[in-house]
Amino acid sequence: MDHLYEPQTEADAAAMIADAAQAGRALAISGGNTRAGFGQKVDGAAFTSKRLRGIVAYNPSEMTLTALAGTPVAEIEAELADNGQMMAFEPADHRMMMGTEGVPTIAGLFATNTSGPRRFVSGAARDSLLGIRFVNGMGETVKSGGRVMKNVTGLDLVKLLAGSYGTLGFLTEVTFKVLPVPRAEATVVVSGLNDAEAAIAMSAALATSCEVSGAAHLPESVRWLFGKNGLPDGPATLLRIEGVEASVNDRVDRLKPFLQRYGAVSQIDQGDSQQIWCEIRDVTPFSEDGSCKPLWRISCAPSAGHQLLAALRLETGVNAFFDWQGGLVWMQMEGDAEAEMIRAYLKRLGGGHATLIRARDHIRAVTPAFEPQEKGVATLSAAVKAKLDPKGIFNPGRMG
Amino acid sequence: MSGAIALKAPDPAILSRREQIIADLADFLPAGTVISSERELKPFETDGFIAYRRMPLAVTLPRTTDEVAAILKYCAKYKVPVVPRGAGTSLSGGAIPQEDAVVIALTRMNRIIEVDYPNRCARVQAGVTNLAISEAVSADGFFYAPDPSSQLACTIGGNIGMNSGGAHCLKYGVTTNNLLGVKMVLFDGTVIELGGKALDASGYDLLGIVCGSEGQLGIVTEATVRLIAKPEGQRPVLFGFETSEGASACVTDVIAAGLIPVAIEFMDKPAIEICEAFAHAGYPLDVEALLIVEVEGSEAEMDAMLKAIIEIARRHGVKTVKECQSATEAALIWKGRKSAFGATGRIADYICMDGTVPLSQLTNVLRGTAEIVARHGLRVANVFHAGDGNMHPLILYNINDPDEARRAEEAGNDILKLCVDAGGCLTGEHGVGIEKRDLMTHQYTKADLDQQMAVRAAFDPDWLLNPSKVFPLEGRA
Repeated sequence: MDHLYEPQTEADAAAMIADAAQAGRALAISGGNTRAGFGQKVDGAAFTSKRLRGIVAYNPSEMTLTALAGTPVAEIEAELADNGQMMAFEPADHRMMMGTEGVPTIAGLFATNTSGPRRFVSGAARDSLLGIRFVNGMGETVKSGGRVMKNVTGLDLVKLLAGSYGTLGFLTEVTFKVLPVPRAEATVVVSGLNDAEAAIAMSAALATSCEVSGAAHLPESVRWLFGKNGLPDGPATLLRIEGVEASVNDRVDRLKPFLQRYGAVSQIDQGDSQQIWCEIRDVTPFSEDGSCKPLWRISCAPSAGHQLLAALRLETGVNAFFDWQGGLVWMQMEGDAEAEMIRAYLKRLGGGHATLIRARDHIRAVTPAFEPQEKGVATLSAAVKAKLDPKGIFNPGRMG
Repeated sequence: MSGAIALKAPDPAILSRREQIIADLADFLPAGTVISSERELKPFETDGFIAYRRMPLAVTLPRTTDEVAAILKYCAKYKVPVVPRGAGTSLSGGAIPQEDAVVIALTRMNRIIEVDYPNRCARVQAGVTNLAISEAVSADGFFYAPDPSSQLACTIGGNIGMNSGGAHCLKYGVTTNNLLGVKMVLFDGTVIELGGKALDASGYDLLGIVCGSEGQLGIVTEATVRLIAKPEGQRPVLFGFETSEGASACVTDVIAAGLIPVAIEFMDKPAIEICEAFAHAGYPLDVEALLIVEVEGSEAEMDAMLKAIIEIARRHGVKTVKECQSATEAALIWKGRKSAFGATGRIADYICMDGTVPLSQLTNVLRGTAEIVARHGLRVANVFHAGDGNMHPLILYNINDPDEARRAEEAGNDILKLCVDAGGCLTGEHGVGIEKRDLMTHQYTKADLDQQMAVRAAFDPDWLLNPSKVFPLEGRA
């Protein structure tokens, strides 16, 4: 039976990893394992951060928080909420989408660079991450970055480790930036637009000075999959405004008349607005219901998202909705994963990448989860991996 | 003068082949691309860190990515070091050449290739100036957010190399947060594209590590940057305080109250006097410290935010509050701040530090800075981005007095160590360059640095790209 590693300290982790490197033993790195079932299957001994737990430092007036890798996200969010602060990148909870249980950990968020609807205003998880400690594939403990807002001292290994899915190092501690929770929010809804019209309306709204902090389009085929939230009938194009109450009101009042030229305009307030953006963030319309339909996450130029979907709809059974002004498409396939078709169209539409988030084992076994890279970039990525994990013991094969 | 920082000793074998290398480069590059006479090379011997200078072997001024690739391929083949250069405004010596190196200056690659409003981005060549991007899109209601003080001159390629910041980064982030993609040439001449118009790239975040790598991983020839819609209005307000402590405490409390203005800039008395004499911006001269706080949004929004900030400022004994009445006044306020370095240069030589500290340490570090500079018998002016703790003490000295120059350098080193010891870092936005290279061991352990150097070597195994920078010369992998 495979060994289970649950280091309780950074030093433990370093010693265990040094041992594994010596023995050439592969390790399947995880936090709460709430994204199990994603990417290529990893053969290796389970190695989890969940016992490295606790907030190390938090001074709300400095807007930074340091926590051990396995600290539950919920624990951190509660502490931040007590102080009127939040992680601005809107970390998603992927358990429903993946059909998993377990406790999401803070390092898991950063290792997967999980970012929600506010991405185009406040950045991704990687943009909030200020400093890390990690153990590399030789069992050496390394720190990068720090706990200040601006830091260009040396190579930014923080960015490199963010989104590396545990393939470059085992994170033991993270320090990240937090922001005040907006005191109010509202969502302006434009109804009845097709995908192409919605792309134009969202682009126009984002070109105004209204500081839209969420821009999503829910085609009719998915709108009804969202919870009870006061959305009018028909496809819904959503534009979120956040801030202090006076400015939210002011900006909503400017945005509504502006958007009337595109379609029927309505408004949903605070509670309903929060709920629907949570559902968009967590991809609840495509929750795993036992059928394990292939689910894709497409990242592309905002104006390309709807073109991609239009092309695919002519050829295959697909349901989808758009976040990030159309630059993030969540796509659930009725039948096959259609990786080649999707990636070919994406390339034709100016590029981007398609990530297979969920699929049955036999599909995952033959489909690269991550977009295959150009040769030059692939060579470089492999060279970088070899510098951090020369024996290839961390999550072998996970990123293809 | 030449101070204590060593550059790599030039390789005599390369120096002996100088004529041949110049002839070879001229042979495969268009006429006028290679310059090699002493008179023409002179402007390239230093950058904004003027205390150090070295004549390069030759300077090349390519116009295309292919030309950059050809030069790099040649230099890789013959193992000739290369120093990339934008406008040469680096304050840390990032663009200072060395005698055995070929400089690749990107200033002729200054075209804006594409402005794409629906996707809110622009694709530009690396030699485009920072300000030129904002100017190109301003009439349509957009801007490019990072705004280093040198934005009139500095290039986007240089900004990417140094991950440059600026006054307005408190709200909009630094270069790395506003960069979507690059085309870059690796040292062996391979051209790669990282990122694009999508917000996220696939695979490892190589773009993230290239940004701020100080020209050591490859040469960026094109960039795709984010454009942001301009706010409805902007209003900088001056707050004059009787003590520096009062001003620092005000900054901390404003942030703690959850008010994040677009910018909070700090100036102490010497800086106020220097900038006012130059820009006539209307700064109060009877205060010890000045904050420039800029808020933006609709009138109602700005009013509400300012009201809250003024209340906090009053608790900390603010003496003067001056709201500007017109766009001209606002522009003057920023002119004063952004010309701080140039204005200081009129009265003395200076070196500008760039350490960043946690906000709670601002007062302590300001006090410590004053003590250090006094101990070295020198003067200091402080002008910096207070909202994110990015300090810029300007240590004033006379470059022609070797003893003063030495003391200035020592004082600078002591200040940076103080920043690190206070939980901060050596450099917030100017880069390590040669200036802070030998202090890296104060911030990082050997394992930390070894890991960074190993990753660096994945891009440039022979250490030929901007080789004298960032990492201490001893103990390189």
